[in-house]
Amino acid sequence: MAYSDKVIDHYSNPRNVGTLDKSKKNVGTGLVGAPECGDVMRLQIEVDEATNTITDAKFKTFGCGSAIASSSLATEWLKGKSIDEALAIDNMEIVEELALPPVKIHCSVLAEDAIKSAISDYRVKNGLPALELSHH
Amino acid sequence: MLKLPIYLDNNATTPLDPRVLEAMMPYLTDVFGNAASRNHPFGWAAEEGVDYAREQISKLINCDSKEIIFTSGATESDNLGIKGVFEMYSQKGNHVITCTTEHKAVLDTCKHIEKLGGKVTYLPVDEKGLISLADLEAAMTPETILVTIMYGNNETGTIQPIREIAKIAHAHGALFMTDGTQAVGKIPVDVLADGIDIMAFTAHKMYGPKGVGALYVRRKNPRVKVTAQMDGGGHERGMRSGTLNVPGIVGLGKACELARLEMAADTARLSAMRDRLEKELTTLEESYINGSVEHRLPHVTNISFKYVEGEGLMMGVKDLAVSSGSACTSASLEPSYVLKALGLSDDLAHSSLRFGLSRFTTDEQIDYAIGHVKEAVTKLREMSPLWEMFKEGVDLSKIEWAEH
Repeated sequence: MAYSDKVIDHYSNPRNVGTLDKSKKNVGTGLVGAPECGDVMRLQIEVDEATNTITDAKFKTFGCGSAIASSSLATEWLKGKSIDEALAIDNMEIVEELALPPVKIHCSVLAEDAIKSAISDYRVKNGLPALELSHH
Repeated sequence: MLKLPIYLDNNATTPLDPRVLEAMMPYLTDVFGNAASRNHPFGWAAEEGVDYAREQISKLINCDSKEIIFTSGATESDNLGIKGVFEMYSQKGNHVITCTTEHKAVLDTCKHIEKLGGKVTYLPVDEKGLISLADLEAAMTPETILVTIMYGNNETGTIQPIREIAKIAHAHGALFMTDGTQAVGKIPVDVLADGIDIMAFTAHKMYGPKGVGALYVRRKNPRVKVTAQMDGGGHERGMRSGTLNVPGIVGLGKACELARLEMAADTARLSAMRDRLEKELTTLEESYINGSVEHRLPHVTNISFKYVEGEGLMMGVKDLAVSSGSACTSASLEPSYVLKALGLSDDLAHSSLRFGLSRFTTDEQIDYAIGHVKEAVTKLREMSPLWEMFKEGVDLSKIEWAEH
């Protein structure tokens, strides 16, 4: 399969690979996917509670090049965004940016799920109700 | 200077040996006659080339030159062997025994004869990829006309106990066929000593051209016949019609001759290289060799790297032309049915790489491959949440994964 230059770039030089301290109250963790489906993404955000802004984002992904690129791109986009702005990220924006082919759209869906799941975790840790996660 | 990518997918196909091409060239140019033209020198010259090829082939597998039926390749040979026996021996019975790790050319042909009313037993394999002789014995019935079990597996290289299988088939009055595609030309295959009645093989897995193969059909003890699957001029003793592919056949002949003369040296060199590759790659934690290490072809290894995903791995080893255990042509990943039959979980089947070495593989290429795979696996694991959890001692099977 031919990958776009942007996918290859993110795969070869992934941004923000790593782990945040999940015991911290201002860190939200999302773990989505399943090993038998061939994709598992873990996406973490660190939030500045005073401004409700995402100050850091890290990921680790088990998956194909498109899955790695989708999560790498997501962490890039998340930094500096408010929680509300982050919630507005739509998987189709990732598809467009990375020029994902139709068979790889599920990778972008998973990245969107990971963002929402991380935000939900952050909310729960801070006494807010969990987000209703729509499973695609 | 090392040329990239490096070709290590020689179980899919091998490059043409220049000596084979040289032997073929006259038959692609001046000697263009139809081998069936008996009335002029053009035909005679072509027939001579074909006859010589039959001699070269029969010497490699220890048969009579009249026992070789030329086809378009191993897929056609598998079809002709199985369907041909099913039709020819329908009075005797309708039961065929094969195994789950066969090539699709055998499995799908067996499915076809099931649709025609045949009965097929698909024997399971153990974790090494070997069938159980006790299972085979138990599956034999008075209706069994054919046992067809491949010689060496294309994905793992595992070699089945061919002689013992042949004995059991014969003891019950059934014919024994083998798909020798990966084995012929790589290891000594002796149809007499092995007790093989029918064998499919092809040129392009042993440095010959694509589009030509053969079916060995035994002529005595017992005399075996297969019903032709194409109607026409009655070539090849009535078993396979169609004008002979003379240059291809000459190429197959030359490839067999070279294989016979160079097999010992090739085997020694390739197995040493394969073992070195394997030893180095299995120094990576959580890497597993698939298939039998004791009974296998000398030039193949198949290794799974746990906690990395197959497609990501293939992208990471872009400087190598290798095969992976996942056939990911769509969003739904299909792990290799051969590795699944060995009992591998989907994720281990997906994260496997098959390395197939050839006569033309160099030590320098193997050195590069070792470094390249190690680097890719290490990098992907650093990126893998599953690897991190494994390292922290988390039992991944206990996690409730959100299926999507």
